[in-house]
Amino acid sequence: MNGKSFEHVVRMENIRMAYGKVTALHDVTLEIGRNEIVGLIGDNGAGKSTLIKIMTGVQKPSGGRLFIRDQEIDFARYSVREAHQWKIETVHQEKSLGDKQPLWRNFFAGRQITNRWGFIDIKKEKQITNDVLLRQIGFRGVGITAESPVSKLSGGERQGVAIGRAMYFDADLIVLDEPTVALALKEVHKVLDFIRSIKQSGRACLYIEHNLAHVHELSDRLIVLDRGRVVSNIPQGSMTLQELQTHLLDLQRQKEVAA
Amino acid sequence: MASLSPMQRGKSTWNPLAIEGLPIFLVFLAILVALMVIAPNAFLGYRTYLSIIVNYQPQIICALGLTLIIAAGEIDLAFPATITLTSLIFAAFYRFDIVIWMQEPMTWLGLMHDNMAPAEIAAIQSWICWLGLFVAVGAGALTGWIAGLLVAQLGIPSIIATLALSFVWRGLAVFLAAGKQFALRGFSETALWDVTTGRVFTGLFNTSGVVLRKPDGIPMQMIYGIAIAVILWFILNRHRFGESLLFIGDNANVARVLGIDVRRSRVKLFTLMGALAGIAGVFLTTETENFTTTQGQSSLLIVIAAVFIGGTSIFGGSGTIIGSYIGLLIVAVLQVGMVAANLSGAVADMVIGLVFLGAVILHMLVEKPERLKWLGLMVRRH
Repeated sequence: MNGKSFEHVVRMENIRMAYGKVTALHDVTLEIGRNEIVGLIGDNGAGKSTLIKIMTGVQKPSGGRLFIRDQEIDFARYSVREAHQWKIETVHQEKSLGDKQPLWRNFFAGRQITNRWGFIDIKKEKQITNDVLLRQIGFRGVGITAESPVSKLSGGERQGVAIGRAMYFDADLIVLDEPTVALALKEVHKVLDFIRSIKQSGRACLYIEHNLAHVHELSDRLIVLDRGRVVSNIPQGSMTLQELQTHLLDLQRQKEVAA
Repeated sequence: MASLSPMQRGKSTWNPLAIEGLPIFLVFLAILVALMVIAPNAFLGYRTYLSIIVNYQPQIICALGLTLIIAAGEIDLAFPATITLTSLIFAAFYRFDIVIWMQEPMTWLGLMHDNMAPAEIAAIQSWICWLGLFVAVGAGALTGWIAGLLVAQLGIPSIIATLALSFVWRGLAVFLAAGKQFALRGFSETALWDVTTGRVFTGLFNTSGVVLRKPDGIPMQMIYGIAIAVILWFILNRHRFGESLLFIGDNANVARVLGIDVRRSRVKLFTLMGALAGIAGVFLTTETENFTTTQGQSSLLIVIAAVFIGGTSIFGGSGTIIGSYIGLLIVAVLQVGMVAANLSGAVADMVIGLVFLGAVILHMLVEKPERLKWLGLMVRRH
């Protein structure tokens, strides 16, 4: 939407989210730099999902400010579509693709190539999809075409399509919500390769993951969220995996003492 | 998820059963052949077919609209009541001379006075019925819009919202009609009849020696029915709106994440269905030239059956307009055929039910052969 001169792809300031009496996020402040892979970790119910829903326009917060490419966003107008225009793309656990729909529909859903009456240019959409499947995602000789329904794809392939779609639409920031959940080991490695390709292509990535070994290896920086608060910010190399585990266990213990 | 070999999932083999509507069309042909054997008198001449296409257009239009509803993972039980209500509205405009709540405003507007001559009334009827058409279709759209708001904004499941609304609209129609029925006398002389209901291609049919009140011919309603089918096919398969419906039916959460406006799409969907039910109501009234307080009520189950017989997914996420059209024709020939074969309506119902089940199983086989493995298991166990 504007030039390339910005420091942070996304910056959140004092984001609050309350559902009635329950507060999911207390004044969360964080930022994601250009071409930075940020791992977001925390227990179930720490507020990770809520946080990314706000970031990607699915939900509106109760308070706080959001900056994209250093420009403040008006939450009243912010939506998934608007986030797409700001080049923020999301890959969710299992709900990024419509199972029964062919890949070409999944690829362009929400931003179809249409004429002025809203009719879809199917030929062009299929052609681009096939192109991206082959070149960007590297589905060669596996029998997947633009016509294949998502239900025929393995879990890792699905994440590959979702990540490939985000890259095709030239995202600055790709948000990954537990992309390796319920995947076989071989499939997990495919997904981790996709994440490396995000970094290589010069984009930023916010990566939510339960498997500490994966985030620790891939992330430039780790943010730990606990009960709706950012409790630590850990640059790569400052902690070994072992130390990270101890650190998280300590947090857990503190929480139990407090409760 | 088990990974499939490239051969299994590629489109390396051409599958004719994947052509939209072809499996169910073959079923339709088989049923026709069976009926020709059982009731040759009825099914070897053209008049039975003509009677079907004359009498089933409102149901066809509803089945086409319901295809979009079911593809989007919703259901509409209110369209028969909408038919009754819009039939009444259209009939009331035409019979402004006897409907009390039409008389007053008409008198106030100076269009009506005591002791009007029949010719005077007919002159007004000839143009006011056009107004009735637009008000009725608009009212249909309004009923759908209200259903859409209840479903999309309040989150009431559509089966509940439309069931409740069906009581409201039917009750309203009977109340406004004061329980009466009325005939649309002289309606077949109006221009609106010609446009909506008249017969074309009458030259194709040999009617010599028979005196008919209406000539044999293709009813205009069939042409509109096909036009609506073509438009809805393009909306469902080629338009952004149809794609939104498919994703919503597949998984509404995915649709939301993809940036589809789920609420607005649902409101639009039900509004469209309401408008189509409005057209169906007007068509039913113009064909029968009559309004009764039960008008349209019998269409609910056969229309729903037709959509599923046609192959629209029970689980949402896919739908076939061509299938629904053929599905309704299947139901229609069975209803007419059982009567022609001197079997009662009860037998027709049984046969429709069995065809319904058979068709659903057929579609599951075509779509997902592995889903029916348990059938084989059951057989082996005994």
